[in-house]
Amino acid sequence: MSLAKRIIPCLDVENGRVVKGVQFVDIRDAGDPVEVAKRYNEQGADEITFLDITASHEGRDTTVNTVERMASEVFIPLTVGGGIRTCDDIRRMLNAGADKVSINSAAVYNPEFVAEAAARFGSQCIVVAIDAKLVTQPSETPRWEIFTHGGRKPTGIDAVAWAEKMTALGAGEILLTSMDQDGVKNGYDLGVTRAISDAVNVPIIASGGVGNLDHLVDGVTQGGADAVLAASIFHFNEYSIPEAKQYMADRGIEMRL
Amino acid sequence: MKTIAVIDYGMGNLHSVAKALEHVAPQARVLITNDPQIIADSDRVVLPGVGAIRDCIGEMQRLGVDKIVADTLGQKPMLGICVGMQALMRFSSENDGVDCLNHLPGEVTCFSDQVAVTDGHLKVPHMGWNQVQQFDHPLWSGIDNHSRFYFVHSYFVRSEDRSLVAGTCHYGVDFDVALAQKNLFAVQFHPEKSHTAGLQLLKNFVLWDGHQ
Repeated sequence: MSLAKRIIPCLDVENGRVVKGVQFVDIRDAGDPVEVAKRYNEQGADEITFLDITASHEGRDTTVNTVERMASEVFIPLTVGGGIRTCDDIRRMLNAGADKVSINSAAVYNPEFVAEAAARFGSQCIVVAIDAKLVTQPSETPRWEIFTHGGRKPTGIDAVAWAEKMTALGAGEILLTSMDQDGVKNGYDLGVTRAISDAVNVPIIASGGVGNLDHLVDGVTQGGADAVLAASIFHFNEYSIPEAKQYMADRGIEMRL
Repeated sequence: MKTIAVIDYGMGNLHSVAKALEHVAPQARVLITNDPQIIADSDRVVLPGVGAIRDCIGEMQRLGVDKIVADTLGQKPMLGICVGMQALMRFSSENDGVDCLNHLPGEVTCFSDQVAVTDGHLKVPHMGWNQVQQFDHPLWSGIDNHSRFYFVHSYFVRSEDRSLVAGTCHYGVDFDVALAQKNLFAVQFHPEKSHTAGLQLLKNFVLWDGHQ
């Protein structure tokens, strides 16, 4: 008996629609979020991540409503991220039916927010999202820095040190996205995934760059990830969740089949 | 009409539990409440829980939920979930040690204190889908032994009375994930988030007469 590795389809949602971009631009429509989430729930996804990339306040209200509808029909864990800045934002999402919230930019501006959120709601529902980018040349020892605002804004902060700081403040999980890989389908950045997985003691979700099922396997076996997140390979029916799970199980990874 | 009271003491997300109960029992009334009279009048009771144990116990005492739980036990079927299970034990080492409601014999301890040595790099919280070894009980009806349920917790329960253990799990150590005492059933995992297996367990609870 042991804990299974998780497959997490990710829904990037803008103004109530699932969208998928390449390196955070060039957006394609992928359907109604509740319908998409229901399909993944039925297929045996282990969790759903919902990232709200809407900028407007009207859009945020749509998001709360979407999360509510999703939570009535999807009986697996649901993480909601995007624009979470205050404890009131967290309370609102949890009340709408989210199980965890993912905090990104707000943690960079005010790291104490993570500590406050973890103390109030428990570490188990506080995910810190890290968008990391390789900043060294191929000949140098690799080093990654974190970026905010959907990858547009550099911070100068070292990604591994940041992950350590966030978990020390109470983050219960790290959602690690490689900015270099996101949407390009060459696989996760296994270097930063392994570096952070080794550095911290909380579960790591690998994200950004999945193009085939071997990438999911590599994320676990080489990257040391506890969960693997992907979007477009599932949204556009290149692979199904059961197919991905079976593929990983056949390669010796513990899965919930 | 059957009513199911989900006890509200201001901690965590009760809506997931309520929505899952409504899904498996569309004809029942599911009420999120801390009103002693409503709970006394309900047919069955769910004690959920998310968050840190000191705040949970503190809020239960402040709102009189501790007395409601004591009155409910033995009266009607009751389901404790996650911290709702831990709160029923005698003591938890979380938050520098907290006396709990003492309805079940045993203590709650942290994975990090116990198991780092045995499994090397063990991540805490224990988060995700793990297999449960079942021991005979009506609430497992229709659920295959060793089915996976969704867990998210850093502290775990060990019962001192092994006859109460209805389910165990392994994560670095063996620990108890289901305890049964008369009409009380308590689980560490989240049935409301455990897809088919979890919904079946909730359905079994809704139909349960409270006998083992």
